[in-house]
Amino acid sequence: MMEIMEGSHAVAEIVKYCRPQVIAAYPITPQTHIVEALAQMVANCEIDAEYITVESEFSALSACLGASAAGSRVYSATTSQGLALMFEVCFNVAGMRQPVVMSIANRSLGAPLSIWNDQQDSISLRDSGWIQLYAEDNQEAADLHLIAYRVCEDHSVLLPAFVCFDGFILSHTYEPVDMPTQEEVDGYLPPFVPYQRLDAKDPLSMGMYATPEYYMEFRYEIDRAMQRAKQVLVRAGTEFSEQFGRDYTGLVEGYRLDGADTALVAMGSICGTVKDAVDEMRDAGKKVGLLKIRTFRPFPAPEIADALRDVGTVAVLDKNISLGNSGAVGTEVKAALYGSGIRVLDYIIGLGGRDVRKEDIAKIVDLAEKGEGDMFYGLRTEVL
Amino acid sequence: MPLQVGCAARPGKARENKTGAWRVFRPVVEREVCTKCGMCALVCPEGCVEETEDETYVVDLDYCKGCGICAEVCPKKAIRMEREEK
Amino acid sequence: MAEVRQGCELFESGHRACGGCGPALAARLLLKATGENVIIVASTGCMEVFSTPYPETAWKVPWIHSLFENAAAVASGIDAALKKQGRDEKVVCVCGDGATFDIGVLCISGAFERGHDITYICYDNEAYMNTGIQRSGATPYDASTTTSPAGRCSLGNVHQKKDMPGILAAHGAPYVATASVAFPNDFMQKVERAVNTPGPTYVQVHAPCCTGWGFESGETLAIGKLAIETGLWVNYEMVDGEVVKAKKVRRKPVEEYLSRQRRFRHLFKPVRRDDEIAKIQAIADRNAEKFGIDIRRKE
Ligand SMILES: Cc1ncc(C[n+]2csc(CCOP(=O)(O)OP(=O)(O)O)c2C)c(N)n1
Ligand code: SF4
Ligand code: SF4
Ligand SMILES: [Mg+2]
Repeated sequence: MMEIMEGSHAVAEIVKYCRPQVIAAYPITPQTHIVEALAQMVANCEIDAEYITVESEFSALSACLGASAAGSRVYSATTSQGLALMFEVCFNVAGMRQPVVMSIANRSLGAPLSIWNDQQDSISLRDSGWIQLYAEDNQEAADLHLIAYRVCEDHSVLLPAFVCFDGFILSHTYEPVDMPTQEEVDGYLPPFVPYQRLDAKDPLSMGMYATPEYYMEFRYEIDRAMQRAKQVLVRAGTEFSEQFGRDYTGLVEGYRLDGADTALVAMGSICGTVKDAVDEMRDAGKKVGLLKIRTFRPFPAPEIADALRDVGTVAVLDKNISLGNSGAVGTEVKAALYGSGIRVLDYIIGLGGRDVRKEDIAKIVDLAEKGEGDMFYGLRTEVL
Repeated sequence: MPLQVGCAARPGKARENKTGAWRVFRPVVEREVCTKCGMCALVCPEGCVEETEDETYVVDLDYCKGCGICAEVCPKKAIRMEREEK
Repeated sequence: MAEVRQGCELFESGHRACGGCGPALAARLLLKATGENVIIVASTGCMEVFSTPYPETAWKVPWIHSLFENAAAVASGIDAALKKQGRDEKVVCVCGDGATFDIGVLCISGAFERGHDITYICYDNEAYMNTGIQRSGATPYDASTTTSPAGRCSLGNVHQKKDMPGILAAHGAPYVATASVAFPNDFMQKVERAVNTPGPTYVQVHAPCCTGWGFESGETLAIGKLAIETGLWVNYEMVDGEVVKAKKVRRKPVEEYLSRQRRFRHLFKPVRRDDEIAKIQAIADRNAEKFGIDIRRKE
C-alpha cells in the first residue's frame, strides 16, 4: 500500500515485518527515529521482539552477535560515531559469520563534529566483511532490508549487512513508499534457520582463535562468501522484482548510459539529483548517463567495467575521503576500469551535509570533460 | 577436514594434544597410603586424575603436566613427584 | 575437607595452560557446578587462548568468544534470544580480571543494570597474564608486574585492588560472591547458587597464576589458601547487597603470603621494606575488620 512515510519510519516498518527476535540499538542522530519507532512497536506488542536498551553501540552490536549466535534473527541501526564505536565488533561479527542486518543512516565522522550526511562512516568499514547496500530513496531503503536478510541468512553467504541510507536526506524526509503487507514479506523472507548455533544439546565452540596455520584460510573463506553473495544478491533481487514489481536485479544500475560519452558514478540519495541533472543535460544534447552503485560490498568490479565499457570519461562522486589519498569509490572504480583506457576522475562532494545540486552535477560533468578532477568539489575557497 | 564456518569447532579435539610430553616430574601414587579421598582428582587442573573401578586413583600420563598440585594437596602425602627419565 | 563431588568432565584434558594453572582449575570446577545445560561466554585472555586454539576446544559445552571486553553484552544478547526461543540454558560469562575490572566495565554495568539472567564469573589472576603479566585493576598493592615493575624508584603497583564485587552489588545484583580455587567445594557451591539465582549474579574466584606471580606450580592451592589465611583475600557472599557470610580465619601475618611470590620479592630483597609490608598488613587488617573474619580466642 502506498503511504507517505519518513525514511526512518519506512525502515522501522519493514524491519517489523522482517520479524527480528532481538533488537539492540543505541540512539544517535539521525538514526533515532528508527529505534524510537521500533521501541514503540515493542511497547504496543506490534512486534514480538526483545528490545535490549544497551548502554552503547559497542554493546548493541555485541548483543546482536550473541543473540544471532544463539539462533535468533537480530537487528540494529546506527551511524557515524556509533558505527565507529562498533569497529571492533564489526570485524568480529563478519568473521564469526553472523547474518546481522544493520541500518546505517549515513552521517559524517568527527572531528569536526557534524551530524549531517556523508558516507564516511560505512565506507570506512569497507574491509570489515559486511555486505554494503546503498539506497537512493525511502522505497529502496525499505526494500533493501528484505533483500539483505534473505542474502545474509543464505547458508552459502552467512555474512552481515549494512543497509545504508543517507541521514536526514532520506531518514528525515517524507516520500511515498509502497509498504508490503506482513503476508507479502513472509512470502519473500522465510523464518531464520541458523547454520549453527549455541545449543546445550549440540555443543559447539564459536569464535576460537586461529594460529597462522588456519587464519588465512578463514579470511579466504569470508572473501569467498562475499563473492558468492553477488549471485545470491542477484537471485534475491530478481525474486524481489518478480514478487513486488520493483527492479533489484543488478548490483549496479545504469541510467541513460546508452550512447553516453560521460558517465557519472554515485551511491545513495545523490543518485536522485544526478538523474534529474542527467535528464536536463540529455535534453540539452549532452551525452551523459549515471551508473548507480547499489552494492558496494561485494564490489561489483566486472559489472561496473561492463556497464561503463562504451563511455570515454567517468566522473565518480565520492561522499567520503580516504585522507591522504582520494575518495574510496573513485579508487575502486579506477581499479575496476584499469587498462580500459577510460579516463576516471574523482570528485569529493557533499561532506558533512554540504548540499549538492543539479547545477553542481552539470559543472562536474564539464570539469570531467576538460580532464579536471581528482579534487574536492564545491569548496568555499573564501574561508580557506 | 574442511574448515568449520566462523572458526567454530565441535568438542573432542583438545585431547589430541598430549600435554604429558611437557612433564618433568611424574606423580607416583602409593596405593597403600591412599585413603581414596579424591582430593587429587578434584584439584588437578588437567582433569587427568581418574577414579578407577576399585576406587583407586590413577593419573593419565598422556595429559599430566607434572605440576605437583596433587602431591601438595594429598592429606596423606600418598603422592610423590619423581623426575622423569628422558 | 568437604566431600568431593564427582561429575563428568566438561573441561577436557589437552588444553595448553601452564602446569599448575589456577584459572584452568577454575574452569574445570565451575563446569562441574553449572552442569551441561549452560552456554559459556568467554573473554580474550589466558583461558580463552589455552582452551581454544582452532580446532582443539577443551569445552564440551557450548562456548563463545567474541572480544576482550564484550562478554557481558554478548551474554545479554544470548539471554534475550533464549528468552524469545523459550530455552532454559544458563548463560555464564567466564572472564579474566582485566576483562572484568578494566576494559569490560561498561558492558558489565549495562548488563547488570538491565538485569539479564546471567552469571558472570571472573577468574582473578590479578594481572593481564595472556599479554605478559601487565597490571590490571585487580592487581594488588605493591605487586611487581611488567607495567608496574619494581625498580629503583618504584615499589610495584601503586594502586589497590578495585572493589568489583561491591560495584556489582551496588548495581542491585541479587547474589555476589568471592571464592578461591584453594577451596574447590566452596567455589562450586557458590557457582551453583549463582546460576540458580534469577538475575545477574557475580562470582569472583581467586585463581593463582604460578607463571605471573612467581611460585612453584605445585603451590597453586597453597598460595590461594595463604591469601585467605592472611586476610588479603576474603571469601564472602552478598545477598541483595548485604554481606551474609564471610570465611573466618585465624589470621597469619601477610609476610607469609608475600614472601613466597616473586611479584613481591622486592619487598624483601635487596633490603627488607618493613614500611611497605606494614601497609599491606594494614590492608589485610581493614579487610578483617570490614568482613569480621577474625576468629577470636574465647576467653
Ligand atoms: C581491545 C583489546 N585490547 C587489548 C587486547 C590485548 N589483550 C588480550 S588478552 C589481554 C589481557 C587479559 O587479561 P585478563 O582478562 O586478566 O585475562 P588473563 O590473560 O590474565 O587470564 C589483553 C590486554 C585485546 N585483545 N583487545
Ligand atoms: S601432577 Fe598436576 S597434572 Fe599431573 S596429575 Fe597431579 S595435579 Fe594433575
Ligand atoms: S600464565 Fe597463569 S593464567 Fe596463564 S596459563 Fe599460565 S598459569 Fe594459567
Ligand atoms: Mg588476569
